[in-house]
Amino acid sequence: MVELMTPLFAILCPAIAAPLILVFGKRPNLREAWTIAAGIAMFSLVFSMVPTILEGDVIKFTFFQTIFEGIAFGFKVDAFGLIFALTSSSLWILVSFYSIGYMRSLKEHAQTRFFFSFAVAILGAIGIALSENLLTMFVFYEILTFSTYPLVIHDQTPEALSAGRKYFAYLLTSGVFFLFAVMMTYYLTGTTDFTNGGIPALGSASRLVLVILFFCFLLGFLKAAWMPFHSWLPTAMVAPTPVSALLHAVAVVKAGVFGIVRIVGYIYGVDLMREVYFLNEHLTLALALACIAGFTMIVANLFAIAQDNLKRRLAYSTINQLSYIILGAALLPSLGLENPMFYGIKGAMMHIPFHGFMKITLFLCAGAIMVVTGKKNISEMGGIGKTMPITMLAFSIGALGMTGIPPAVGFISKWYLCLGSLEGGGIMIIFLFVLLIASLLDVVYFFPIIHTAFFKKPEEEDEAEERKEAPLFMLVPLTLTAIFSLIFFLAFVLRPVEMLSPYVNTISLHIYELVEIAVENVIS
Amino acid sequence: MIFVEHFPVLVIVVSLISSFTILVAGLLNKKSAWIISTATILLQLTMALFILNHVLSIGPIRYKLGGWMPPWGIEYVVDALNAYVLIVILFLSLLCAIYSKRSIEHELPHKIVPFYTVFQLLITGLCGITVTGDLFNMYVFLEISSLAAYALIAAAGGRALKASFVYLVLGSIGACFFLLGIGFLYAVTGSPNITDLSLLLPPLYENRVVQAAFVFFAVGLSIKIALFPLHIWQPNAYAYAPSAASAIIAATMSKVSVYALIRVIYSVFTLDFIRTYVGVDLTICWIAAIGIIAGSVIAIMQHDLKKMLAYSSVSQMGYIVLGIGLSPISAWGLLGAIAHISNHAIMKGCLFLAAGTFIYKYGLRDIRDFEGLGKKMPYASAAFTIAAISMIGVPPSTGFATKLFLILASLQSTEVFSGSAYVFVGILLLSSLLNLVYFWRVIERMYFVKSEEELNGGVRERDAPLSMLLPMVLLAALCIVVGILWLTKVPLPLIGDVLSQLGVEMVP
Repeated sequence: MVELMTPLFAILCPAIAAPLILVFGKRPNLREAWTIAAGIAMFSLVFSMVPTILEGDVIKFTFFQTIFEGIAFGFKVDAFGLIFALTSSSLWILVSFYSIGYMRSLKEHAQTRFFFSFAVAILGAIGIALSENLLTMFVFYEILTFSTYPLVIHDQTPEALSAGRKYFAYLLTSGVFFLFAVMMTYYLTGTTDFTNGGIPALGSASRLVLVILFFCFLLGFLKAAWMPFHSWLPTAMVAPTPVSALLHAVAVVKAGVFGIVRIVGYIYGVDLMREVYFLNEHLTLALALACIAGFTMIVANLFAIAQDNLKRRLAYSTINQLSYIILGAALLPSLGLENPMFYGIKGAMMHIPFHGFMKITLFLCAGAIMVVTGKKNISEMGGIGKTMPITMLAFSIGALGMTGIPPAVGFISKWYLCLGSLEGGGIMIIFLFVLLIASLLDVVYFFPIIHTAFFKKPEEEDEAEERKEAPLFMLVPLTLTAIFSLIFFLAFVLRPVEMLSPYVNTISLHIYELVEIAVENVIS
Repeated sequence: MIFVEHFPVLVIVVSLISSFTILVAGLLNKKSAWIISTATILLQLTMALFILNHVLSIGPIRYKLGGWMPPWGIEYVVDALNAYVLIVILFLSLLCAIYSKRSIEHELPHKIVPFYTVFQLLITGLCGITVTGDLFNMYVFLEISSLAAYALIAAAGGRALKASFVYLVLGSIGACFFLLGIGFLYAVTGSPNITDLSLLLPPLYENRVVQAAFVFFAVGLSIKIALFPLHIWQPNAYAYAPSAASAIIAATMSKVSVYALIRVIYSVFTLDFIRTYVGVDLTICWIAAIGIIAGSVIAIMQHDLKKMLAYSSVSQMGYIVLGIGLSPISAWGLLGAIAHISNHAIMKGCLFLAAGTFIYKYGLRDIRDFEGLGKKMPYASAAFTIAAISMIGVPPSTGFATKLFLILASLQSTEVFSGSAYVFVGILLLSSLLNLVYFWRVIERMYFVKSEEELNGGVRERDAPLSMLLPMVLLAALCIVVGILWLTKVPLPLIGDVLSQLGVEMVP
């Protein structure tokens, strides 16, 4: 346990940048400079916490003790939180550059409001990642919901406004359940701290209460877009693409799955997840969670196949991929073997950053296509691989990752999840097939896009053959995220080589080491 | 400092004298009215701060008026709760007074002097209710403040006359109930002094007269609080009054009545009475819970902004009364109620002031005409938005703190109320969603629905004058600051004092 100010400084970066963005609203270059500066400063600060965590320590920072005995408003940085923080803060820098290119190319209105809300949203996401307890997390969770609203309704068309209402209707109702669950946890145990292996006092509550509380938490983390409460996410795709990319593929939705993993690993813990059951003895909380995840994975993919709008298809793919993470969390307690390796939860934790990098690549490509050609539908994209080769190459890497084909990093997390479901034993074996079917469906809807882009002739002959990529502000970030999707894979392969491992670890943001430590924490 | 012990009476005397000074000075110079009023309130506020400091550091102040010993003479008793409520009232009054200068010049150019005379009288009454330790004296001040309020509302003329008359009738009925309650207690004990009563009553709890007195107090004060379903007078009264008057009445009048209710329940009857009669607290809770939902649902149906705010007040009063109802079981309930006295005063004050500026600048009352207001009046709209978000209960605002306290109180009461307690939790949570529905459509219109002017490209920023903006912006900032303060340990000394005075134990 180390008391450090670093988490405070990290959260202060967007907190200070946000008002500055408002103040310099009339001078776009300076305004964007603040965003970039805050992004880089925040990432450096978050990254500087890695060595301490790798030593097995945790970093604490307390703002104040609350009036509720046993709850402090503060941060506690552990390995799992740091994974999420690293993902969001590193991608914020890239997406900031991308947003500059995107917003200026399209000459969007209300750019100051856009960048301001974006900074506040990142503040919320980082706050969630570093929170010490549920109450702190709830505060940042609500901040995240409210700050993303202006981004969703950015166009201010009637369509966007109604999407905004739907967004609020889902996410704030979910916030209500979350708040209830937080207070109930406090009432039952007198604490809401995330504790390695779960809060011990929770075990003394009655089974019924534990089941209800668990489902309140699940409803509270509706940001994870599990089915059948997912429809806010595709609707929110009316937002500008950078928003869909960072917030509705990484920060917001990952906050949801992050919360679920926190609940499973740090509030309920392995034993309760395995022992608490409802209806009959076999339907444990873990199995129920796995069923929800499995259902979502299959159905979301079926929905995705039917979409022609590229962003909507990606949104359904996100819903599907999020459930991979939920499934990984659900696999945590089902130990079929003598010496379990906890592959499932490892896969889930890895999938948070990996899916982040891959999905953001896909969204950034979709945005680039929209800016250059104005096309939103997949059916119109014939021959676009010839006009925008780099973009579509990046897109292909992302798509490979989604389907779980090496050399994109999606393969590794999926491999771990498959091993996890085998390790789960018993009925959990079913989920191996669910995983495989879902991956197959991924292929069904991602490969046609690649096919259309590279091998189909454009509808109108005259617009072909001319190379026209998006501005560099947009092209570089999306290339970088695609390259990182490959680097993470290479890092996994090269890690065992002793000579290379320090470099490899650094360039892969120490994700693999952090995952190991996080898993050790959960099972201790 | 011994002199501080005279402050309770000085707070009232100064105010009363000032009220008549305004009338006389106003004959010579109209402009002096505002200056005298504001200066008096500032002086009162300073005294109130000294009182609070004295109460927290030394102990409650007992001031015997004219040296007559109670129960024959009137006694003023100020403990932590009074001092706290006094500061809330006077702070809000000060801001409303500052705000009222331009607003009244605009709305009631010919009635400036009478307005401030009555305004000061209202504040006298409110302070009187707060500091007195004598039930009959409390009734007198209740009537002073109510009569002043009727006059302030009627000052707007037109529809306000009818609203004021309805308020007059119902308010008088409420006062009658209160008076009957005092009469009953006097008949059995022979004393109107609160401390005296708390000692004399316990052996008489079985007495039907005492029980009837409790009901009379509860009903009478519920009318004054505008608790659902006794709120009929309130929406029109708030909606048609002059802007400054609706702000002060909405922010402080009902709070003082709530304070009176807390006094009656805790200091006159004590918790033992409530606990003896199982079901009293549950009944109060249910009435409050129904009020919370009903107020919000009716607010959703309103198009007039001020009426919507008025119905929202009905709902918010439900929060406070629910807290009081839960308090015999959980100290968090009382804490929630006490916290919401200041929280709601700050939020509603800010909202009514903002609604006033919309009328002042553009004559806008109907929510459907609010397109593009966020661009036209950026500061007023921002203040409104922050206060509205606070009403919804978004962290870290004031509304969030109240919500946390009350939810925890409800959860702690599950052992006694069983199923009902979960219903209360559900209602508290549902209510924040309903708040969202009716506040967000305003915010959406103000900021995100494009107005015709905006589409034509000709938006001119024309915000309210500084003297009107400043109180609003200050209150909006307080929505956040106070919200965070409630969550920290900072108010613990005050809360500890209040709870120990009222005989409630704090269970963490």
